[in-house]
Amino acid sequence: MSETDESAANEAAPVEKAATDAGPSSAEGDASADGSSRDADLTDVMGAEADTPTGENADRYAPLEVEGLRKEFGGITAVDDVSFDVEEGTLTGLIGPNGAGKSTTFNLITGMLDPTAGTVRFNGEDVTGLQPHEIANRGLARTFQIARELEEMTVLENMMLAPKGQVGESLWRSVMPFTRGSVREQETEQLDRVWEVLDFFEIDHLADEYAGNLSGGQRKLLEMARALLTDPDVLLLDEPFAGVNPSLEKRLLEHIHELRERGYTFLIVEHDMDLIMNNCERVIVMHQGRILKDGTPAEIKESEEVIEAYLGGEV
Amino acid sequence: MSVSDLRGRFEGLFERDVTLVLAVLGVLYLAYILAGVAFGYGLRGQLNAIANLTFYVGVFGMLALALNLHWGYTGLFNIGIVGFMGIGIYTTAVVSKPAAAGGAAQVGGLGLPLFVGITAGVVVAGLFGLLVALPALRLRADYLAIVTVAFSEIIRFTMMSRTFQTFTVPDTIDLWLFSFDPAPDTIGLGGGGGLILNYTNPLEALLRILFLWDPYLGFVSFVEENVISNNPKPVLDGLLYGVFLLIGVGLYYALLSRTGKSPFGRVLKAIREDEDVANALGKDTDRFKLTAFVLGAALMGLGGILWYSARGSVTPPSFRPNITFFIWIALIIGGAGSNTGSFLGGALFAGVLYQGPRYVKNLVQTAFELGSAPRNFGEAMAGFASLDPMPFILYTLDSVSQLRLVIMGVVLIWLMHNRPEGLLGHRKETASSVDLARPRSGGSSGKATAADGGDER
Repeated sequence: MSETDESAANEAAPVEKAATDAGPSSAEGDASADGSSRDADLTDVMGAEADTPTGENADRYAPLEVEGLRKEFGGITAVDDVSFDVEEGTLTGLIGPNGAGKSTTFNLITGMLDPTAGTVRFNGEDVTGLQPHEIANRGLARTFQIARELEEMTVLENMMLAPKGQVGESLWRSVMPFTRGSVREQETEQLDRVWEVLDFFEIDHLADEYAGNLSGGQRKLLEMARALLTDPDVLLLDEPFAGVNPSLEKRLLEHIHELRERGYTFLIVEHDMDLIMNNCERVIVMHQGRILKDGTPAEIKESEEVIEAYLGGEV
Repeated sequence: MSVSDLRGRFEGLFERDVTLVLAVLGVLYLAYILAGVAFGYGLRGQLNAIANLTFYVGVFGMLALALNLHWGYTGLFNIGIVGFMGIGIYTTAVVSKPAAAGGAAQVGGLGLPLFVGITAGVVVAGLFGLLVALPALRLRADYLAIVTVAFSEIIRFTMMSRTFQTFTVPDTIDLWLFSFDPAPDTIGLGGGGGLILNYTNPLEALLRILFLWDPYLGFVSFVEENVISNNPKPVLDGLLYGVFLLIGVGLYYALLSRTGKSPFGRVLKAIREDEDVANALGKDTDRFKLTAFVLGAALMGLGGILWYSARGSVTPPSFRPNITFFIWIALIIGGAGSNTGSFLGGALFAGVLYQGPRYVKNLVQTAFELGSAPRNFGEAMAGFASLDPMPFILYTLDSVSQLRLVIMGVVLIWLMHNRPEGLLGHRKETASSVDLARPRSGGSSGKATAADGGDER
């Protein structure tokens, strides 16, 4: 398909200033280039990232720490004593056969479910048992396994919904004549950012479309773009490649790598072993609710337990 | 905002909504007037019919708009509308009825000015909205529906209850917020007999505030001398009240479309679509649902006040759930999610389904001198034995109020099959305070690729 060529050529365009062309080494310049348009804390993150070369660094700061997480549904233990951490600026993969407890772990981290035991720490703060919106507002964004668009809202509305701290979310501010000006002002500012991100993900031509009319792959893009607009430190992607065709998969991966280079941290749940092995720096393998193995892709590939879990589990 | 921006807004407005609303209202009124002329209605009858039509267009328009905030925007399945309406008018009555229980009034009130009563009614309706919503919003949509309909029935039974009928001490549940010295002798909800609304006529109160009462009386006597000789005041009152109701609809519309076209409204829409997603994007959905529910309930309370306050009395049977379902039908006709659609739905429902059959009946009865209708269905059918359809026609006309419900049901079924989104439910009413088109300054990209690569649906 011709889309891939086009997308590669277009990467150079608006938002992220020639990042792909120059490759990973341009991360620092990138950070300073668009630092002005982003929040201060994010600039900090990106600045810090730029000093650290991508690769193994045992002492890296881990914004997300999970310890002894356990979830029981009735008599079934879906997640059993799971502990791991996710280091800043990395791409961490969470894999495992069906029913391994990956999605449940995600739901426990993001507050959709309350754990039976264990703690989740985010940026040093205990967020266990907080409401999903409280966790999201601390900078931990997620996407859903089956893309959950707000179908009868346009792509633009979907995107405008996401940013944090919108003054217009207070009813009185939105309605009263004297305060509505500030709401409009903030929305106008926000709109620039929204269009930048739409351009970045190359879904700007769909801006006025209802989200429900998008294809499966486009929904995935929209969902990631939307999550990004919440200004997260860490993004949890639940099977971002499920039901996505190969060319779009490649593009999604490019986006993810580019964002990682700019300092975002990713935790990705995925079925596809190869995809995770080729793209993640670190892989956590879950099986029957437990962590089977936690290490670099090379280590995972050599692990007999993992091979057994995958092959043995499926045969 | 720039001039072109302003002009764009006005053009958009005139292209779609204002024209559409005026066209629909125009057709409705024209149909009423033409039918009246065709069947030989007098001027007084015509004006009366129009006043009635305007009244119902106004109240159904308002209530459909309020329901649209609950259902169309937030997806809250509220089928207890009439409960909030009842709370509104009963609170107003209790607060504003004269203190002295003299004359025909069987129960006294606090005797405060009418605008205090109306404010109190709106506030109390909102507070009851909060009371219902706090536990109920944790429930799934259908359970919220059960809670709200039960609530509205509880309200009606409370109105009828002997326990709350009369108190000699001002210590009823409706009043604990207002701690006055007991000026009135009796107070209460009046039980099954209802309350007589013997406060100042709301129209008079409003006109007095605007210093228009005396000019209005002058106008009435002018009309009496020159146009309609036999006591035109009730008709003119009705017409003027209708005009004020339409202004009220305009205010509802302004408030609600402002609410909708804002980040607040956007979150409400997101909750309607998928609450988990809104939550995962950092929105405290419970807070938004509560605010929206309370605002909607308060507006329903005001709708109830405006509906009943110009009448002489209120009785509990007026607050049966059928009113709730009328408002739902109005919203479904118009299209949930669209404010303009909600009002149009309200207007069409009022004009065609609610008032239409009654008007036809009145017209026919005025035009033809018809005998009295048969008392039951058997007698109606008996006419067919001698090939005389008249008893059946008379019976049908006489039962038009009940037949209305059948017609509404048929319309509802037809809509569900053929146009479930209603008249305007498909429309994009973008939830944002600003135009979301690409800002001109930021449009340096110039790339118009269609590189989506997704599997097409």
